[in-house]
Amino acid sequence: MIKTEHLTKTYQSGGGTLVALDRVNLHVAKGEFIAITGRSGSGKSTLLYQLGMLDHPTSGTLYIEGVNMARLTSSERTRYRLGELGYVFQDYAVIPSLTALENVMLPLLMQGTTRRAAERTAVHALERIGVGDKLHNLPSQLSGGQQQRVAIARAIGHHPKIIFADEPTANLDSETSRVVLDAFLTLHREGQTIVMVTHEKEYAAIADRVIELSDGAMVGDTRRK
Amino acid sequence: MRTRFHHFLTALSVGVFLAVREIRRANLWTTLLIIFVMMLTFLNLIVVGGILVGLIQGSTNAVHERYSSDLILSPLSRHAYIEESGRAVALIKGLPEVTAVTARYIEAGRIEADYKKSRRPSDVPESAGGLVAGINPADENRVTGLARFLKEGSYLRSDDYDQVLMGANLFYKYTPIDSPGLSTLRTAGVGSKVRLTVHGFTREVTIKGIIKAKVGELDQRIYMVDAELRTLIGRSDLNVDEIAVKLIPGANPDAVKQKLIAAGLGERAKVQTWSEAQPKFLTDIKDTFALLGNVIGTIGLIVASITIFIVIFVNAITRRRSIGILKGIGINAAAIQCSYMLQAIFYALMGTALGSAVIYVMLVPYFASHPINFPFSDGILVASPAGTTLRALILLAATAIAGFIPARIVVRQNTLDAILGR
Repeated sequence: MIKTEHLTKTYQSGGGTLVALDRVNLHVAKGEFIAITGRSGSGKSTLLYQLGMLDHPTSGTLYIEGVNMARLTSSERTRYRLGELGYVFQDYAVIPSLTALENVMLPLLMQGTTRRAAERTAVHALERIGVGDKLHNLPSQLSGGQQQRVAIARAIGHHPKIIFADEPTANLDSETSRVVLDAFLTLHREGQTIVMVTHEKEYAAIADRVIELSDGAMVGDTRRK
Repeated sequence: MRTRFHHFLTALSVGVFLAVREIRRANLWTTLLIIFVMMLTFLNLIVVGGILVGLIQGSTNAVHERYSSDLILSPLSRHAYIEESGRAVALIKGLPEVTAVTARYIEAGRIEADYKKSRRPSDVPESAGGLVAGINPADENRVTGLARFLKEGSYLRSDDYDQVLMGANLFYKYTPIDSPGLSTLRTAGVGSKVRLTVHGFTREVTIKGIIKAKVGELDQRIYMVDAELRTLIGRSDLNVDEIAVKLIPGANPDAVKQKLIAAGLGERAKVQTWSEAQPKFLTDIKDTFALLGNVIGTIGLIVASITIFIVIFVNAITRRRSIGILKGIGINAAAIQCSYMLQAIFYALMGTALGSAVIYVMLVPYFASHPINFPFSDGILVASPAGTTLRALILLAATAIAGFIPARIVVRQNTLDAILGR
């Protein structure tokens, strides 16, 4: 489903060149649950943002379902993200002026879904994730775990092909983290492709594969037995 | 395949979705403050120009109501008077649109006061010159309401012998200007005996009242009963110099003018509607003041646009991360920009609606019944619906642009940088 060839990302920093990703070759199959780990600064999030088409590589190629993403225009990339990809960010990243229901409805409305259909789908997604009783709450009225689950519901509401999660448990306590990870596992069991960044080895262990990065390069690729 | 129009509609729909919720959940006092600023801007656009134009419109209205009325007839060029004035008046009175007519004799005259006091041979009595209008007091009052403008004294009656009303401009008390060539009466007042001279004929008369109507043609005149003026100057014909005609409400002065011309009156008199008889300088001043009002209004518009720009820019900058997230999850830039534009338009719409209510429910009626007392006119507020609508649309367009530009600046920033706060 996802394939990278010599994916490289560099930044100009203080007169020198910082290599954030160094010729990463990665293949993610449909339905896989991938965890990307590594120390701080190893390039985990950088790789995630490249795979999620939130950034452009300096060199190398990204293919999603065989399509070279570099060939897409900016608006095509936006539409692709909208239709095919879902995101869960580290600090929930729900829109503060929208209720839980409205946050999940938003991508659906952008796809052209009618208001009623979007609402139905959003309600279903929120109930699936276990926050069906918080539909009309603003993010400020939700706990961290609840907000993260709203973010997950938003990510899955439009049935994306791939979900990208960047440190989804970073700001949560262990119990709430378990709840969120259980949600991911449930989705995975239903066939969802998930790519998750985490620095917690314990959380990475729930994935099918653990990719380890160090200084921007892939140094490990372990499959769970 | 979805067409570009469908994409546009979707972006608009999502923009509305975001804008409504943003406005609904924004700080109420901030929202009210912005709307208040918009309202003040709109009022500035309308009221400043409206008062400036109204200053002159007040003069125009005064000339119309108090001097020319709806139609005014005057002698043809190189003619001393309106020929066959009696028949003209009869013809005019016969029209169904006419409600009242007044005929005036107009002669140049001079008033002398203080002439009985002994003086040195080289001294002259104080005097003032003006046009003497011989009128039927009742007719004149029916057409122009002249009696309303009595500043002092009492109004003429048809049997008043040797009594005059004088315009306030002839008195130093009301025109305190010391200028060579401008002579006014300093010691005379109501009840004073003065000497009136018209075409070399002199008569002692008493000042019965002083008129102040803020119309030059009225405030510079000396009024006496028409029969008395005819006797003074030895005229036996009944041909007059002005005929003012008041029409029923709703009557079209142009149409009545055409009727009079068709009846042959145009060969005996110059027939003008009130607008044709307006002094050109008034029209010129009105146009200049309107321009001035537009310039001042434009400055206010620029200030309001900058205010909206700053409000939307600060709003967008503080929500930079949210905007980045929206873009990240696939909400296109058009929808996000649209939501900010719609917020700006909302503020402008509310401001113009409130401003319009203030103008038409409060200000216009208030100034109509309590005109601003300028020395030379009663100033009103002129705010035509067409002009107000045009200015509202201009304000809406300006704020839409002022809302779009900052939104576009922020939305165009790198998505990932916005999400990560870089």
